[in-house]
Amino acid sequence: MAKVGPHNSRVPLEIGRLMTDERSRAVILQLLVLLGVLLFFAFIVSNTIANLQRVGLASGFGFLSDAAFFDINQRLIEYTSQSSFGRALIVGLLNTILVSALGIIAATLLGFIGGVLRLSDNWIVSRLVTAWVEFTRNVPLLLQIIFWWAILTSLPKVRDSISIGGVAFLNNRGLRTPAPLFETGMEWVVAALFVAIVASVVLVRWARKRQEKTGKTFPSALATFCLIIGTPLIVYFLAGQPVNWDLPVRTRFNFRGGFNITPELIALWFALSTYTAAFISEIVRSGIQSVSRGQTEAASALGLSKNQTMRLVIIPQALRVIIPPLTSQFLNLTKNSSLAIAIGYQDLVSIGGTILNQSGQALEVVGIWMAVYLSLSLATSAFMNWYNKRIALVER
Amino acid sequence: MGELSMKIKMITRAAAVASVFALSGIAATAQAATLEDVKAAGELKCGINTGLPGFAFTDDNGKWAGFDVAYCRALAAAVLGDADKVKYVNLTGKNRFPALASGEIDILSRNTTWTFSRDLDLGFTFLGVSYYDGQGFLGRTSLGVKSAKQLDGASVCIQTGTTTELNLADFFRVNKIKYEPVPIETNEEARKAYEAERCDVYTTDASGLAATRSTFTKPSEHMVFPEIISKEPLGPLVRQGDDRWADIGRWVLFALINAEELGVTQANVDEMAKGTNNPEINRMLGTEGSLAAMIGLDKSWAINAIKAGGNYGEIFEKYLGKDTPLAIARGLNAQWNNGGLIYAPPMR
Repeated sequence: MAKVGPHNSRVPLEIGRLMTDERSRAVILQLLVLLGVLLFFAFIVSNTIANLQRVGLASGFGFLSDAAFFDINQRLIEYTSQSSFGRALIVGLLNTILVSALGIIAATLLGFIGGVLRLSDNWIVSRLVTAWVEFTRNVPLLLQIIFWWAILTSLPKVRDSISIGGVAFLNNRGLRTPAPLFETGMEWVVAALFVAIVASVVLVRWARKRQEKTGKTFPSALATFCLIIGTPLIVYFLAGQPVNWDLPVRTRFNFRGGFNITPELIALWFALSTYTAAFISEIVRSGIQSVSRGQTEAASALGLSKNQTMRLVIIPQALRVIIPPLTSQFLNLTKNSSLAIAIGYQDLVSIGGTILNQSGQALEVVGIWMAVYLSLSLATSAFMNWYNKRIALVER
Repeated sequence: MGELSMKIKMITRAAAVASVFALSGIAATAQAATLEDVKAAGELKCGINTGLPGFAFTDDNGKWAGFDVAYCRALAAAVLGDADKVKYVNLTGKNRFPALASGEIDILSRNTTWTFSRDLDLGFTFLGVSYYDGQGFLGRTSLGVKSAKQLDGASVCIQTGTTTELNLADFFRVNKIKYEPVPIETNEEARKAYEAERCDVYTTDASGLAATRSTFTKPSEHMVFPEIISKEPLGPLVRQGDDRWADIGRWVLFALINAEELGVTQANVDEMAKGTNNPEINRMLGTEGSLAAMIGLDKSWAINAIKAGGNYGEIFEKYLGKDTPLAIARGLNAQWNNGGLIYAPPMR
C-alpha cells in the first residue's frame, strides 16, 4: 500500500486513508496514548481516594494546624512543643536549606581547589588529590555521614570540653559559641552594610569602565573588602556597640545559653561537602581541559603569569562547560541532605517522618516533601541557568 | 515518522492498558478478608521490632524470638497450624504504621502503645494489652541525680515518631525544666549515643530500658529513675475494617492468658486436650462446645497456639523473666488474681 509521507504534504488527506496517512496516524496514536495515560492517572487517584475512605483516614491539609507536641533541638526560628505541625515543617525546611547552602558553598570551594590542584605540575599534589577524589566518590554517602558523626561524637565529653578563649566550648554535644543579642542601634549597622554593598557594586562597575577606557587597573577586590567590612564596623562603634553577647555557662549536664551547633549538623555538612566536592573537582578539571591549549600559549605569549592565565583566561572560558553539570551536583547535594535522618539531624524529611507517624497523613506529607524538593531544585537550576546565560561567550 | 517509533508508541499504549487491569486486580484483593489472604499465602506476615532484647531478637540459630515474636508464632499456629509459618518484617518506629496500613503486614506485634489517636485517627484496631508498661528514664548513677525532675538542661536520647517523644515534651514542659532532645531512629542507635555520652539520659518504655541496660558491660553503673511518667499499654494491632481478623487475633491473645489462669502449659496441653474436670479448659481446647466453629478456625486452634510457645506466663518467664538478663518482675503484668492487670474474658 502506498505510504503518504510528510514530503507529500501537497496530497490532500482522505478519510479512508486516516490510518495509512503518516500525518494523521501519528496524531491519532498520540491521542490514544495520551488518553491511556490520563485514564491510568484517573484510576490511580480514584483508587487511592476509595481506599482512604474505606480505611477511614481523613485527607486534606487541615492537620498542619494541629499542635505538634514534640521538640526539635537544632532550629533557626522560635519553636516549642506547642507549635503547630506546619511550623515544625518550616523549621525542618530551614534546616534543610541551611545545610544545603553551607554544603554548596563548601563543596564548590573545595571542588574548585581540588580540580585545579589535580592539574598541578607537582606530581605528589596531583596524585594525592586523585586518591582523595577516587576514594570519596566511591564510598556511599551514608557511610561517610556516619563516619563523620562517629568522629565527632568521639570528641571529649561535656565535662572535658575544649575551651576556646573561655567563651566557646567544643565537646561531643556540639560547638557552643556566644550568641549575639541585638539592641537598638543595630538597624544603623545593617543599613550601613546595605549601603556598603551598593557602593561596592557601583565602585566595581566604575573601575571596570575606567580599565576599559584607560587600561589602568584598580584594586577593586581590596576596596570592596574594606568597604563591606569597614563601613558597618565604623557605624557599629559610633552607635555605641549595640551588641550584647549571650555567653554559654556550664550547668550540671550541659551548657546553657549561647548558640549550639550540633555535631549532627557539622557531620552532615562535612560529609556532603567532601562527597560533592570530589565530583565537582572532576567537573572543574574537565572544564579546564576543554579550553584549547592555544589559549594558554597565547596568554603566556602576552606575558601573563600562570596564576593570571588561570584566573583571567582559562577559568572564565571553562565556566561555560562547568556550570551545567555543576547545577546537577548542587541539586544532588540538596536532595542528599535528606540522609540527615540517619544521624538525627532534624531536616525536612526527618520532621516530616515524625509528623507522618503522629498524624497518619502519609500522602499529604509525601506530597509536601515532593513539592518542597521540587521547588528548591527548580529555584537552584533557574538561578544557575541565569548565571550560565550571563557568562556565556557572546559571539561577535 | 519511522516504523520503530510507531512500534514504541503501540507498546507504550498496550503497557498502560495492561497496568490498568493489573492494578484493578490488586485493588480487588486489597478489599478481601485478611484471614483468607493469610491462608492463601500460607504464611502470616508479622511486623516486629528491628531488634529489642527480650521482645524481638535473633537467637543463636539466627531465628527471631522474643515476647512479641511469640505472640505471632501463637497466632500463626492457631490460623495455619504451624508456628514457623511466619514472615517477619522488621520495622522502625517510623515505618511501622505505613507498613500496616498498606497491607505489607497482616499484624503488628511491635511493642506499640494503645492510644486514642492511633485507634481513631490512624485507622487501626488494637487487639488488647499484652504488656502494661510505662515510660521511664535511664541514666548514669555517676550523674548524682535521684529523680527525673532534677534533669534540667540534660540531653535526652529519644526515638522519633513515638508516644515517648510526646510524653517527654509534656513532662519537661509541665515541670518547667528544659532539655535537649537527641533524635534517634532505633534502639541500637540510642544505645551507641548513650554510651558515647552524646546524651545523658535515654527515655523509652521501662521494658525497653531494662532491655538496653541488660546489654551494657556494667549494668550497675546505670539506673532507671523512679518516675514512670506515662501509661504505655503495649499490644498487637491490625487494620480497621476487618472485624473477623481482629477477633481471631484478640482471642488468640486471650487464649494464651486464660491458659495461664487455668493452669494449661506447653507441657500438659496435650494431656489436657483429652478431657478434664474443668469445663472452661474443655471448651478452650475443643473437647466441649463449638468455639472452633464460631471463630472459624481448626478445632485445635488453641492447642496449637499454646503449644507454639507456652501460655502467657511461660512466654513472659522465657523472654523477660528472672532468668533472663532483663529480669523484669511480673508487677502489673501478673494475672488479675495475683495482683496484676492481666485479665482475659472467659472462653464461653
